[in-house]
Amino acid sequence: MALDQSFVGRSYPPTDPYEVGREKIREFAAAVGDTNPVFSDPEAAKSYGYPDVIAPPTFVFAITFKAAGQVVQDPQLGLDYSRVVHGDQKFAYSRPVRAGDRLSVTSTIESVKSLAGNDVIDIRGEVHDETGEHVVTAWTKLVSRAPEEA
Amino acid sequence: MAAQIQYADVEVGTELPAASFPVTRATLVQYAGASGDFNPIHWNEKFAKEVGLPDVIAHGMFTMAEAIRVVTDWVGDPGAVVEYGVRFTRPVVVPNDDQGGLIEVTAKVAAKLDDNRVRVDLTAMSAGQKVLGMSRAVVELA
Repeated sequence: MALDQSFVGRSYPPTDPYEVGREKIREFAAAVGDTNPVFSDPEAAKSYGYPDVIAPPTFVFAITFKAAGQVVQDPQLGLDYSRVVHGDQKFAYSRPVRAGDRLSVTSTIESVKSLAGNDVIDIRGEVHDETGEHVVTAWTKLVSRAPEEA
Repeated sequence: MAAQIQYADVEVGTELPAASFPVTRATLVQYAGASGDFNPIHWNEKFAKEVGLPDVIAHGMFTMAEAIRVVTDWVGDPGAVVEYGVRFTRPVVVPNDDQGGLIEVTAKVAAKLDDNRVRVDLTAMSAGQKVLGMSRAVVELA
């Protein structure tokens, strides 16, 4: 069933801040096997001009995707989440995410389409720190595959 | 910003050092914990096959995280990445053996932009197939 076009442009309230921890960044860097010291050693990070360790570029997805849950689980939208796959992902950074950040995400539905029976939804997540400074924008395309019908 | 590559030293077509990233079931379990994505298609073979997949597959975001390492290892400072986007075209299949899967990444400078920035186009392959499409990063050089 095609999704309601009136959802295009809808924004959701900013999420409660996510507090970025040094150990969480280290855990993530270890999980992707990245040994760059700027992710684990505050002194190394300072030598690059950062106040504390920074996070790998894709780290922020865990935060923006959780925020996008407001959208995909909106009962009014009616997306069948059990059939959702991740289509595209893009980030545009004003600065890297770093330990100590308290990040809030504002999600907006950029487009809703129906392609060959699949529902395709584009969500933009604007990530700001607690001072209101823009940190990163994440664009996520989710595809809800059409049910196989006889 | 502490990029270790000089803008003046690169040209369109400059190839970045390629890299290969192994991925086993243990890798995926570790990534699930670190990322908070516990979708069973990334660790439960029975479930993955029931939903029509050939086997357990890697998280798309894991593949995206590995691919950009070719850029961040080259430039030195991961904070120099200004933009990064991919399309998830095919899954990385991760068999339950000692080998698992392999993500092979190559990259080259596709365009020189203003403000010491370059666009890098990435290619990520696994089992002979392209797993990321439209994979591009913009990075600020020294």
